[in-house]
Amino acid sequence: MASGKEIRSKIKSVQNTQKITRAMEMVAASKMRKAQDRMVATRPYAQNIRRVIGHLAMAHPEFTHDYMRERDVKRVGIIVVSSDRGLCGGLNTNLFKAGLGLMREWKDKGVDVDVCSIGSKGLGFFKRVGGKIVAETSNLGDAPSLEELLGSVKVMLDAYDNGEIDRLFVVFNQFVNTMTQKPTVEQLLPIKASEESKDLEYHWDYIYEPEAEEVLGQLLMRYVESLVYQGVVENIACEQAARMVAMKAASDNAGNLIGELQLAYNKARQAAITQELSEIVAGAAAV
Amino acid sequence: MAMTMHVNIVSAEAEIFSGTVTEVFAPAVMGEVGVYPRHTQMLTQLKPGEVRVVKENGDEDHFYVSGGMLEVQPHVVTVLSDTAVRAKDLDEAKAVEAKKRAEQALKDRKSDMDYARAEAELAEAIAKLQTIQRMRRKYGS
Repeated sequence: MASGKEIRSKIKSVQNTQKITRAMEMVAASKMRKAQDRMVATRPYAQNIRRVIGHLAMAHPEFTHDYMRERDVKRVGIIVVSSDRGLCGGLNTNLFKAGLGLMREWKDKGVDVDVCSIGSKGLGFFKRVGGKIVAETSNLGDAPSLEELLGSVKVMLDAYDNGEIDRLFVVFNQFVNTMTQKPTVEQLLPIKASEESKDLEYHWDYIYEPEAEEVLGQLLMRYVESLVYQGVVENIACEQAARMVAMKAASDNAGNLIGELQLAYNKARQAAITQELSEIVAGAAAV
Repeated sequence: MAMTMHVNIVSAEAEIFSGTVTEVFAPAVMGEVGVYPRHTQMLTQLKPGEVRVVKENGDEDHFYVSGGMLEVQPHVVTVLSDTAVRAKDLDEAKAVEAKKRAEQALKDRKSDMDYARAEAELAEAIAKLQTIQRMRRKYGS
């Protein structure tokens, strides 16, 4: 049996670990609230731009933009949104599984995949599994700005424009609630026309200033960017939620461990006292 | 009562204004436009400047946008404001940067591989040591 001193030092070290996990849990909880607010704040833009795109689909534009046209798939692009830091449970692992599933699906069809990684965990993972990474952005922090994403998204859009990729997906964690984060794959390009627009009876078109092509290009580019941005913001909320849950579990485990160790320590102490007593009694009897 | 329309001014990072107004002025790329209710559908780009709305009670509100898009429907006006300063060259530079980072990361792969190999070798060495120790204990040499 381990001696009292050994057990005591072990309890001390577990307590220290528990302090850290508890602090991380609280930090994650407060960050999660902020991230959730940010997530809510980005929704109006996405809603509004989606509505405008919906109008566009209804409006019978005089020309169809490349982003709205289906074409044969020879190569696809995937934007993977992951977290920058670990210690958030299975969040990234689940996401990468979804990403890999998508990659495998296309590779089975003989289609190659380009990866654009946002977040350093994704970079590390796809580097290891040997994905072709064409663009990368990481260390976005807790409050990312759209500006930081533009470069990476543009690389993918350019690739689409030049016909290097024929389809573009984004993979990110969707924030369902604090306990649930759902890895989600969404198709960015070509943009799927919404169902409801088809049964519209009258047709009209916008006045475009300056040219339809340019205006549409700008609008669709912003649409894609906003979707990616939303994915990033949502992923951050997910990261904090997952970290909070993981750290809570760690704190609880540490608590259990401390309880068990405490019990072992008490037993060891009692055994030592009993032994001492019986020695004294035996000594007294001998005299 | 004057005719009104609904205006949404949003940026990718936050909602800026949403409400009922009687007039909207916005800096379109081809010159400033003023929009009244029942304007025909229009879609245009904005350049950096000021969006001005006149509310029902006659008050004016001003918002600065660094470019974006303006969508006009007869009774709804949507301003999709940019948060970033955009220019073609600037975007291009950012794209190049993102590409470079990826290339750099891929180049670092070699050191990663070395690390992985070292790790594997270390694991093997430890396993060997453990076996040796176990055998020593068993045969007591």
